[in-house]
Amino acid sequence: MSTTDFDLIVVGGGPGGYVAALRAAQLKLSVAVVEANHLGGICLNWGCIPTKALLRASEINHLLHDLGQFGFTVDNPRFDFGKVIGRSRAVSKQLSSGVAHLLKKAKVPVFDGFGKLAGVEGKKRKVEVALKDGKSVTLKAPHVILATGARARVLPGLEPDGKFVWSYREALVPDELPKRLLVIGSGAIGTEFASFYRNMGSEVTLVEVADRVLPVEDEDISKLARTAFEKQGMKILTGAKLGPLKKSDKDVTVEIEVGGKKETITIDRVISAVGIVGNVEKLGLEGTKIVVDRTHVVTDELCRTGEAGVYAIGDLAGAPWLAHKASHEAVMCVEAIAGLHVHPIDVTKIPGCTYCRPQVASVGYTEAKAKAAGYEVRVGRFPFIGNGKAIAMGEPEGLVKVVFDAKTGELLGAHMIGAEVTEMIQGYVIARTGELTEAELKETIFPHPTISESMHEAVLAAYGGALHF
Amino acid sequence: MAIEILMPALSPTMTEGKLARWLKKEGEKIASGDVIAEIETDKATMEVEAVDEGVLGRIFVPEGTEGVAVNTPIAVLVEEGEAVPEASSAQPNEAPSSSKAAAPVTAMPAPLAAQTSAPAVNKGTRVFASPLAKRIAKDAGLDLTTIKGTGPHGRIVKKDVEAAKSAGPAQAMASAAPVGGTTAHPLSTMRKVIARRLSESKSTIPHFYVSVDVQLDALLALRTQLNAASPEEGPDAFKLSVNDMLIKAAAVTLRRVKGVNVSFTDDAILEYNDVDISVAVSIPDGLITPIIRQADRKSLREISVEMKDLAKRARAGKLKPEEFQGGSFSVSNMGMFGVSSFSAIINPPQAAILAIAAGEKRPVVKADGSLGVGTVMTTTLSVDHRAIDGALAAQWTKAFRDVVENPITLVI
Ligand SMILES: Cc1cc2nc3c(=O)[nH]c(=O)nc-3n(C[C@H](O)[C@H](O)[C@H](O)COP(=O)(O)OP(=O)(O)OC[C@H]3O[C@@H](n4cnc5c(N)ncnc54)[C@H](O)[C@@H]3O)c2cc1C
Repeated sequence: MSTTDFDLIVVGGGPGGYVAALRAAQLKLSVAVVEANHLGGICLNWGCIPTKALLRASEINHLLHDLGQFGFTVDNPRFDFGKVIGRSRAVSKQLSSGVAHLLKKAKVPVFDGFGKLAGVEGKKRKVEVALKDGKSVTLKAPHVILATGARARVLPGLEPDGKFVWSYREALVPDELPKRLLVIGSGAIGTEFASFYRNMGSEVTLVEVADRVLPVEDEDISKLARTAFEKQGMKILTGAKLGPLKKSDKDVTVEIEVGGKKETITIDRVISAVGIVGNVEKLGLEGTKIVVDRTHVVTDELCRTGEAGVYAIGDLAGAPWLAHKASHEAVMCVEAIAGLHVHPIDVTKIPGCTYCRPQVASVGYTEAKAKAAGYEVRVGRFPFIGNGKAIAMGEPEGLVKVVFDAKTGELLGAHMIGAEVTEMIQGYVIARTGELTEAELKETIFPHPTISESMHEAVLAAYGGALHF
Repeated sequence: MAIEILMPALSPTMTEGKLARWLKKEGEKIASGDVIAEIETDKATMEVEAVDEGVLGRIFVPEGTEGVAVNTPIAVLVEEGEAVPEASSAQPNEAPSSSKAAAPVTAMPAPLAAQTSAPAVNKGTRVFASPLAKRIAKDAGLDLTTIKGTGPHGRIVKKDVEAAKSAGPAQAMASAAPVGGTTAHPLSTMRKVIARRLSESKSTIPHFYVSVDVQLDALLALRTQLNAASPEEGPDAFKLSVNDMLIKAAAVTLRRVKGVNVSFTDDAILEYNDVDISVAVSIPDGLITPIIRQADRKSLREISVEMKDLAKRARAGKLKPEEFQGGSFSVSNMGMFGVSSFSAIINPPQAAILAIAAGEKRPVVKADGSLGVGTVMTTTLSVDHRAIDGALAAQWTKAFRDVVENPITLVI
């Protein structure tokens, strides 16, 4: 392989990078991907996908212990934890090699190595790749997309130690099921792990500095999530201040202060899920006009950095840290490079999902944020208890909440908790993206019986009354 | 494929009408939205707009033909270069399903105008805009055709409308039609109808005007007395306006001087048996004339209740065609704007319209010859000289003054 000249070089092969390369190939640009570890990035290897495989297993475990309500009796359901973890890894592997296959089919060369910016030659930028076999190669292209992603934030005292303290990485490949687990941070990642381990049988304590779990979600949703988790036997401490971890050779003790009251708990493992930091190091950003703000590359709305011809997308470019945001930015950025007309991303149209039990999904403004932004709002709520399908499924706990602009009928936000909501939120995302108003949503005919009918009912509730509640 | 254009129904009850005029000739190119013909009944005139595009292949019904049954093919639209059928395929009243090339658009007692919700108002060009963008534009009174879309495939989205809104009308138009120092506001269908009908009225009807000052004090006193008799609330409550009373006064006068309740046609002067008063109501971007039918026979309270309902629905664009088409005489009241006098343009095919200005305190000579202060308004009757002569007009205005100044006639 001799070609080192391209139209576009993509550094990083996650959902940002590999999608950028696939789109560029579709648009007949010559493009190469540089990937230091594994195609598919965090998402396929250590993020979205393996966690979903695990959460599926824990959901099955929950159902196995809840079969009575459906009339089944199964004696002593058991699982092999190693196989549960093994399946999750196999799923990741299958998808990662799927990405390799897609890139091959699109004739996109992949350079296995660590890439960095290495100056300019004529009108081209150079990317130096330290290949895995120790050699190095210099690639050239007028356009470079940086998509190096992010990694877990490490707080002092909570460093992963290979034994007691885990980041999401270790939490995805444990040797055994911890009996007592402390999860620090109730964002999407922390909550998903708390849910997985609790539903597999661990005693889980979830601590959060903010005054509620899933703090970016609407307050109503946080409240219902907390109630549901506590019903499952999870211990939840919000507004919590964590003391230093005291490790013995068998376990860990920590003092937690909530509202002036202190309590000490002993656990076998600790998962630290306190956010992520961008992979900005050793990228050759020094001496360029590329600006880094708190570990993230600063870009404009079209993902351009301060340096002409260099772009940053995905987790590297900042919040929201979501795979679909990375992929969408990838497509937009490549299309702009190819000279197509593109539309900048509006973060209030990016859905966010947390795959805990019950699931949580949302898009747009929470009620509080809408009010803070100066909107006069109309809010509708519909609980799953009024939904036939939810009851038939044995999933009567859930809520759909919609927030409309009272003046224009714009759907400002939608917030859901309950079974299948992560599969349903797209309906509201389409409504928001297509700028539908309450009128079109009211006129939309939803299939019966589906849990999605509660999305319709919530809209009706905001405008004069739900039919089934 | 040849598409037949059918005689449209002006109202649900219309069975036939007169094909008054062709506005396009055989062989002429037609774009969808073009006005191709005018249809008349005894009560109203309506334009026929093309829904499809093509070439006007053949006219089956010549202009001036009376008694054309609804759904009769009146012409055929063909594609360019396509053979033109000799005669219409369908028998009258048998509407082939593809015969939908014409739509009744603007029913119109002019001077006043068509209703925005008239069927199939089709501007010919479809505007692509998100529902939210449409709603915000409507609320802000912005015309979407003047806004540039930046969404997918040039679709107009919220952002574009908000930009246009904050930029103001001049800015919104700048990209569409910068014409020297002016700003072009494209005509709405209603505005076009108003323009055409009023020009036609003013250029074909020989107008003349008769003004008379009318003292209102007695009428105002009666109004106070009558309103005091209304129950506080409940279904029987009413609140008469001066306008309600003047509508009735005009109706009573028309009953007395029947020669003004007429229409001029080439063959005859048609005297209406009923007194149906068209009342001008201003609505966004124009005006419309809902009708108080048989106003001379209705009580003041009936007129008041009906007028309130009609005006409210007129502003909401919710009038039915038969509620604003027809009428035998018009009243236009600009008193609320404080004008001291004005004259109005006749609403064809009617022959007269009464313009009512504001009641003002003015010096008056009382019955005993002494000077006093009274509430006086100037009313001006515009008349079609082809049907009504000066003496008759003067007789009418005098009778009107008598009725208003001796308003007891309105309640007996
Ligand atoms: C546990 C967990 C669960 C998650 N669940 C979800 C979820 O359910 N839904 C969701 O939308 N998001 C989820 N996320 C977030 C999601 O994984 C990220 O938003 C997404 O992976 C970001 O994509 P990216 O392409 O920007 O970066 P990454 O996926 O991080 O990919 C970056 C790639 O670049 C490579 N790289 C880094 N530096 C270099 C270099 N210098 N040279 C060459 N290669 C380099 C890395 O090896 C990596 O493969 C989850 C994250 C975690 C940790």
